[in-house]
Amino acid sequence: IETSFAEFSIRERMREKLKAARVQTDFPSAEEAYKFFTFSFDPDPENIKDETKSKKKSESNQEEEEGEEQECDEEDCLVNNREDLFIIDQMARDFLVVKPAEYKSYSERLQKEREILFTPSILTVPMSQKVPENMQPRYIEDEGLYTGERPIVSLSNQNILENRILRQEQGKRWFGDDGKLLALPSPIKQYSTRPPIFSLEEGIEPELETLYRKAMKPMHANQYIVGSGDPQGQFQLDIDISGLIFTHHPCFSREHVLAAKLAQLYDQYLARRQQNLTKLLTDKLHALRNAVQSSLDNSGTSFLHIYIYRQTRRLRDAEQEKDRTLLKTIIKVWKEMKSLRDFQKFTNTPMKLYLRKEEVDQRSDKKIYEAEIQAEINELLEEYMEEYEKKMEEYKTELQEWKSWKKAQKTKKKKKIKQSQDQEEEEAENSEYVEEPVKPIPPKLADSLEVEQQVREKAINIRRKPGEPVLIPELSLTGSVTPNDLCPRAEVLRREDVKKRSLFLKVLFNTKEVSRTISRQISSDFRVHFGQIFNLKIFNWPESLKLQIYETMGFSSTNLLAEMFIPVPETTVLTGRARTEEIEFSSNQRVMLDHEGVGSGVPFSFEADGSNKITLMTSGKVSSSVSWAIGENGVPLIPLVSQQKTGIPSALKNIDAVASIGTSGVTDMKKLAKWAAETKLDPNDPKNADLMQLIMVATSGDACVPGFFRLEQLQQEFNFASDEELNRSKRFQLLQLRHREVAEFRNYKQVPLLEREITEKLFENYEKRLRERDVIDSKDHLDAHRALVAKYLQKVRESVINRFLTAKHHFLLSDLVNEEEVPSLGNLGLSLFKLAEPKRPLKPRRKERKKVTAQNLSDGDINLLVNIIRAYDIPVRKPVLSKLQQPSRSSRSFNEMFAASPSPQSPTRSIDWTFNQVLVHPFVEVSFQRTVCRTTAAEGPNPNWNEELELPFRAPNGDYSTTSLQSVKDEVFINIFDEVLYDVLEDDRERGSGIHTRVERHWLGSVRIPFSTIYFQTRIDGTFKIDIPPVLLGYSKEKNLGNERSYDSVRSLSEGSYITVFITIEPQLIPGDPVREKLYYLLKFDTQEDEKLLQAAEKYQAECALKFPSRQCLTTVVDINGKTVFITRYIKPLNPPQELLNGHPNNSQAAAELVARYVSLIPFLPDSVSFAGICDLWSTSDQFLDLLAGDEEEHAVLLCNYFLSMGKKAWLIIGNAIPEGTTAYVLTWEQNQYVIWNPSNGRCYGQFDTFCPLQSVGCLISFDNIWFNIQQYDSPVRINFDISKPKLWKSFFSQSLPYPGLSSVQPEELIYQHIDKAAALELQGRIEKILKEKIMEWRPRHLTRWNRYCTSTLRHFLPLLEQFQGKAVEDDHQAELQKQLGDYRVSGFPIHMPFSEVKPLIEAVHSTGVHTIDVSNAEFALAVYIHAYPKNVLSVWIYIASLVRNR
Amino acid sequence: MAAAAAAPTVFLLMVNGQIESAQGLEEGISQITCKNRDAQQALVWNFPIDITFKSTNPSGWPQIVVSVYGPDLFGNDVVRGYGAVHVPFTPGSHRRTIPMFVPESTSKLQKITSWLMGRHPEFTDPKVVAQGEGREVITVRSQGFVTISFNVVTKDMKKLGYDVSPSDMQNP
Repeated sequence: IETSFAEFSIRERMREKLKAARVQTDFPSAEEAYKFFTFSFDPDPENIKDETKSKKKSESNQEEEEGEEQECDEEDCLVNNREDLFIIDQMARDFLVVKPAEYKSYSERLQKEREILFTPSILTVPMSQKVPENMQPRYIEDEGLYTGERPIVSLSNQNILENRILRQEQGKRWFGDDGKLLALPSPIKQYSTRPPIFSLEEGIEPELETLYRKAMKPMHANQYIVGSGDPQGQFQLDIDISGLIFTHHPCFSREHVLAAKLAQLYDQYLARRQQNLTKLLTDKLHALRNAVQSSLDNSGTSFLHIYIYRQTRRLRDAEQEKDRTLLKTIIKVWKEMKSLRDFQKFTNTPMKLYLRKEEVDQRSDKKIYEAEIQAEINELLEEYMEEYEKKMEEYKTELQEWKSWKKAQKTKKKKKIKQSQDQEEEEAENSEYVEEPVKPIPPKLADSLEVEQQVREKAINIRRKPGEPVLIPELSLTGSVTPNDLCPRAEVLRREDVKKRSLFLKVLFNTKEVSRTISRQISSDFRVHFGQIFNLKIFNWPESLKLQIYETMGFSSTNLLAEMFIPVPETTVLTGRARTEEIEFSSNQRVMLDHEGVGSGVPFSFEADGSNKITLMTSGKVSSSVSWAIGENGVPLIPLVSQQKTGIPSALKNIDAVASIGTSGVTDMKKLAKWAAETKLDPNDPKNADLMQLIMVATSGDACVPGFFRLEQLQQEFNFASDEELNRSKRFQLLQLRHREVAEFRNYKQVPLLEREITEKLFENYEKRLRERDVIDSKDHLDAHRALVAKYLQKVRESVINRFLTAKHHFLLSDLVNEEEVPSLGNLGLSLFKLAEPKRPLKPRRKERKKVTAQNLSDGDINLLVNIIRAYDIPVRKPVLSKLQQPSRSSRSFNEMFAASPSPQSPTRSIDWTFNQVLVHPFVEVSFQRTVCRTTAAEGPNPNWNEELELPFRAPNGDYSTTSLQSVKDEVFINIFDEVLYDVLEDDRERGSGIHTRVERHWLGSVRIPFSTIYFQTRIDGTFKIDIPPVLLGYSKEKNLGNERSYDSVRSLSEGSYITVFITIEPQLIPGDPVREKLYYLLKFDTQEDEKLLQAAEKYQAECALKFPSRQCLTTVVDINGKTVFITRYIKPLNPPQELLNGHPNNSQAAAELVARYVSLIPFLPDSVSFAGICDLWSTSDQFLDLLAGDEEEHAVLLCNYFLSMGKKAWLIIGNAIPEGTTAYVLTWEQNQYVIWNPSNGRCYGQFDTFCPLQSVGCLISFDNIWFNIQQYDSPVRINFDISKPKLWKSFFSQSLPYPGLSSVQPEELIYQHIDKAAALELQGRIEKILKEKIMEWRPRHLTRWNRYCTSTLRHFLPLLEQFQGKAVEDDHQAELQKQLGDYRVSGFPIHMPFSEVKPLIEAVHSTGVHTIDVSNAEFALAVYIHAYPKNVLSVWIYIASLVRNR
Repeated sequence: MAAAAAAPTVFLLMVNGQIESAQGLEEGISQITCKNRDAQQALVWNFPIDITFKSTNPSGWPQIVVSVYGPDLFGNDVVRGYGAVHVPFTPGSHRRTIPMFVPESTSKLQKITSWLMGRHPEFTDPKVVAQGEGREVITVRSQGFVTISFNVVTKDMKKLGYDVSPSDMQNP
């Protein structure tokens, strides 16, 4: 092997080597292998030719390898040389099998592939292969079945697939009957399922991109929608008014009348000639005659033919006669006209009648004539013969009958002779019912001569005489009219009059004038030519088209001559094809003229003697045509019926009906039905189904057809459920009610999902309320009148609330945006100065931020904080006097009683006094919304508690919105009780070891503050007078000396008991802004006040508010009708009830107090509660008395008016008081001092009374002026009430604006009903019963005994209390009670209230807690007394007491 | 939450119509944020709100009302924008960009004074922007955007008959 190979390339050598190795062994030996890898061939440098070198270079990489291999070879050589060193007998080639890479030529490969692979051909598979053998392909589609669209596959692909499948086993099952591959319908949807997203501008969402759309007119906005889908939308009607001809006009001369008549006749003649009925009928007659003849010849008789023939002949005769008479009249009129022209010696009309004579061949004419007559005679004879025969037959039968009858008669007669007496009767009977037939007369045979005579006469009348020329009248207008100067004066006048007149026409479309013609003069022949075409562009199907003819006389006014309706053209009538039609008109106007004109509606005559009068009315004809226009593209601009129907839902399908008979027709069902009948509506056409149904309903008349046209035609299409269904659904009802904010459901949470989950109970209350809206429930009110009033009030409230709900949705800028006012210059400077301040100061000052109402409150979040501080002058206990020790009533005096009280009494009673060391042990209990909190008991008549009570507040229905909070009616009761300890020890001996006491509490008095006051005031801080009953059994005032309560005495501090409290709400609730301004805005137009006055009032208020923003200033108020009224109109002297004045005829003070009491007895009802903080409504005094409910303003106004009528000087004070807040009081001037009256409780205070609840005075109002307080202070104690000082009081009406004398809104006089004592008594009984039941109800665990004896005593006492108004009777009463009930320990008191409803009474009784006594042997006494005042004002006294028997 | 308005406070509020109950933070104030230093200068709050609504009726679907406050030139806190958007009703993650606006002063003079005083016009109640009522009386100016991302989960919507899942929306 060795390195001898010089010429060989390295590869060659390698191959050889490998071959050798292969030859040697199968596996190379280790050495061989080693050699193979390590041997380096060492080519001889000489041997290697340049060729090889270059070759080497060209085979770049390999070469290097090979170079290595060469090296290997060389090494190999070396190793070989040292073969002996490694004794390896096998070479590497022995192990290696080296094969050349397998390669097949392309053709060979194709050959092989052909064996393995199958390439389906792209040629179409013959059908026979695809269908089962011996079967023809079946095409389902051809058989009329829908197969669906096959997906699109290219033919070649399909062929390939088919070929492939056929090769498969059972390949044929993939083919359908039609020899095609089975395929599902094309899966490609017809529409894109997702909108294409491409945007023109970057950055803008495609949804938000703006598109340009051409503006479209909202043309189908009304009910006459013709075709909503119609793109062109506009339709056009062309109205062509060509002219007008008068057939009569007032200015017609006699000749004109005749001419008109002649023209009319001539027109008739022309029309007749055109129709040529005579000729037609004559021809027909001939034809029929032949037919009859032939039928007679052939088959005898054909009655029908003969009948028709005769009928036709009669018709022809009539027509001929008409023709003849028409011709005659024409000639007659023409003659008349000629004679008239001769008579008047001028002609007015160019009318001329020519009579063209058409000569006829006399002989042939006569022949025809004769033939005709002969034929007619024959026929008539025939006819008569027939008749004769018929009659003859009749005659024969009749004769037969008659003869037989005669015979019978004869036989009867014979019998008669034979028989006895009763014959006569019998005969009489016979003669009664057997009428004797008349002997028939044989009919006459028609005389042919007579018939001929008849026929000839008729022929002369109706037919042209033979040989007479045919007269053809021709009317022409070729005559000359006599010129004016040749005419008489009257005629000239007439002609001038005509010239003065001109006419024009108005076109009215749907009763609206759309256009009018130009005005044209009437020509002398009374024709007017307009020749105008009006194009009406319309949206609506025309309901009516009308023309009105107006006549203008010279320059004077135009008058409507006549109007006429033009029929709306058929949709097929298009412009260009429309025929001009003449529409007649006439007018019934009566016109008389003083010239030749015959006038209109005036009788006139042609005869010289004035006989034969005729009356003509103005009439004429308008020739016009109406047609639908054709659009530019040749499309008629008509709302086509077919166009509308496509794609418009059913509700619109009856549009065409609307189109055809007008909208008014749709409501008129009869008209609709008529239309349907006329147009032969196909009742089976589904398109007409609903219309047919409608018509059926209408004509059957059962169902009520709405008397209106539906406006929302498409609404039904969008309703997903019918209204009934929705109404039936309780859930929807609930949702709706909640949405409408109906009180019961306003805050209803979580409407159930399913119908069945909603109980009927939910609606019960609501439905009950709805039902009872008009039903007066006397149970709650006990008094029919009050119930009525309550209902009325409820209605007023509802209407007012509705009003304000609408106002609520009326926004002003200030409602939405908080904006700073433009500051004045000074402020601006200050704020500029502020700029220099540090922005975020280290010690920031509080900046007022606009409050935001909290809305996420829930139950328990709000607490009412009541801070009870102290009380003054609480009544103290009186020692219990035994019956024995009681001094006699007469001898008792205040002093005695007072002196006696604190000393211990009898030794036997000393047990009680061991616990009664203190005068009184008062504590305060605050109850609010039935939650009760109490303080600890303090001691003495001037206790000091200083305790804070916290009461939770719950808003009604859990609604914490402002409006809801404003309408909270609950009151805070602050009750003062005395805690009394009683010894219950049975045995005195145990006294040393134990104390057994029972705690009792005795009600002393109360203060009640409505929550609304707290809410609006945000806090209440002050000292209030405690409402202490006039009599407190067992208690007395410590210093009860100053008992006189007249207003002139300066009252001492000890006059009443007082309590100091502080009440607020935690967290602070922001009272909603009263909507007064909005109201003002809303109602500004709703007033009867003078605009100037209102402006002045506004200005005045603004000025006042600028100076003293906190002071009240009222100028206008809203009355109960929601109208703005100037406030002074409310003040007017009004008479108080005469009964009250009669009571104290001499004592004006007492009378005034009584009046004040009367006013205070009218129940109190704050507006803010009833109207949910919306506004103050002021009712006039009579309304107030009728309603028997009102707030401070009404009370104050009434009191003020009473005082005025009593001759006092009185003013209304608008100011702030505790606890009412903004309120109205009354100020009077009496005996050199000002007295302030609180109208809601009837109390009066001197100006300097420190306990006067009035805190500030804003303004004073009298009947003629308003004064605003511009003094430094506003507390009544510190101000001067002298209104004459302009420095202190700013008056509204002044010299610059004098008082205009405003009339009052108050009635002239108040009328009072008499006191109904019986009703009061009945009410009294009922209230007592109810209260007793209630007390028993409140004491479920105890037996409630009623002490009748005590009750009757109390009942006796109550009227006394009323009489003295609860004053100065206490001690007498107490003593008496003590005397009578000595064995009992009595604690009780009378409660006094004005009466409005039962509920407040119950509440008041409950709040005293009398029922809470739990002594087992306690007894109760309850008496009610109602004192009735005029006008059904009731004062209620409830005396309630508990009695415990003393041991 | 991120915004491109130049203001660092956001005030949040939920308006419920007939949504019958809501649990979670219904109203609140976010932290104050400052402008980012990068080129975008966005304000990022990343303020999470978690709230659950419950109702049997979709009327008055909840909306989120965003009011942005920030100091003006003089350091007064003034309103920088109001905006509202309905909470998406399909479950899943949503991003909403609300354009913000503020009410304009009624006159030029008021504009100047309000600028001087630092008391710009504000809505009496931010809820106004969630309602259409009464808008006819106001003028507003646009003021940047606030982006809110919602992660909405609904439950039993289908049971109530409201099908809002996205798959159903596409192939009705």
